[in-house]
Amino acid sequence: MIMGLYNYWIVVVLMMVGFYIVIAHGNLVKKIVGLTIFQTSVFIFYISMAKVDGGTAPILAEGIKQYSNPLPHVLILTAIVVGIATTALGLALTVRIKEAYGTIEEEEIQEKDNQDC
Amino acid sequence: MKDLFAVIMLSGIYGLLSASFFVAMDAVDVAFTEASVGAGISTLLMLVAITITGRTERPQRHKPVLALVVVFVTGSLLIYGTLDMPYFGSAQAPVHQHVAPRYINDSMQEVGAPNIVTSVLASYRAFDTFGEVVVIFTAGMGVLALLSVVRHPREIARDNEKIDSLNKSMHEEHLILRIVVKILIPFILLYALYVQFHGDFGPGGGFQAGVIFAAAIILYSMLFGMSTARRVINQSVIQLFAAIGVLLYGSIGVISLLSGKNFLDYNVLSPDPVAGQHLGILLIELGVGFTVASVMVIIFFNFAGRKNDQQNKENNDS
Repeated sequence: MIMGLYNYWIVVVLMMVGFYIVIAHGNLVKKIVGLTIFQTSVFIFYISMAKVDGGTAPILAEGIKQYSNPLPHVLILTAIVVGIATTALGLALTVRIKEAYGTIEEEEIQEKDNQDC
Repeated sequence: MKDLFAVIMLSGIYGLLSASFFVAMDAVDVAFTEASVGAGISTLLMLVAITITGRTERPQRHKPVLALVVVFVTGSLLIYGTLDMPYFGSAQAPVHQHVAPRYINDSMQEVGAPNIVTSVLASYRAFDTFGEVVVIFTAGMGVLALLSVVRHPREIARDNEKIDSLNKSMHEEHLILRIVVKILIPFILLYALYVQFHGDFGPGGGFQAGVIFAAAIILYSMLFGMSTARRVINQSVIQLFAAIGVLLYGSIGVISLLSGKNFLDYNVLSPDPVAGQHLGILLIELGVGFTVASVMVIIFFNFAGRKNDQQNKENNDS
């Protein structure tokens, strides 16, 4: 059954949404929001690969035979926190760009750069 | 949507929704992190950022057809790529064949922590986690380098005036919020400590605890003003704590190296290997918690400090 692949399609659609925001919008804060959506789609991709039918959360307990795969959970757990740290760095750069150029719209920044040349 | 405030609130809701996805797919630890990070801290940071950079987006002049074409081509190629992937929930998928069975079957004897995610995070793949902690530390330092504001003694004096006026207005503005938050903060901090030290047994650990701890402090500084929060939490002390966290983590590794084992092999910390593992996990989770909490607080303080600084400048100009 090809419908068994639906988790990947959801991930691809979310990724497309994030990607579109990143390349089509000129506002830098909106680009960062797009990047976080993109990022979350990758997280969902990893976690959906870890899921096993009939499995439960990977915390050992009596009487449970089937666990979901803990390894992708570990990778994504740290990736989320690293993701927020890098997002904060991106926002800090945006704030500095606003102070230097007076705008965070990509086109206006480009115009100002061209004027300086 | 041109109003960035609405965009950011929606992205916060999206963060919470994806956390519930993660619960549905058995990843409780991840859901925990995503709920506190995606729905909490990241929304907050973006809101602080738009108060500085402006709230509305300029309308686009060019048509986004090219971007749509690129996105759809990429998307359809990726969907074509998924046709060979294992089905959702299949137990025979290649991911479940390699090291995962060993983690599930042997981690109880080797590490002794019921939460497999914690034993993989803090023991089997501790070196990897060390790298992540260093990345977080570096990002915090980056924000500090980009946004930190030098504070003159004159401003500190002005801060004291602000605190006085705030204390007077305490019973007029945001009365209910302030009282509720004052009651809640000790519980949030206590919960963060529970998450920190109970990470071996239930979902939780240094990363989540650090974020929750930082959230409590950020909540306080939002409602009682940056100047009050600065008096409680000294900026240089919190920077020291960020460094201590990484140092603690690294020195556990060096101790195990010096005792003749591999980097971050905790078996040497105690005569009984399992007790050594417990001690090692406890210590490095503590290091992670220190670094994450202080880096989050540093990031928020610098964003908010930048904003206050701009307001002061505008006041001086006018």
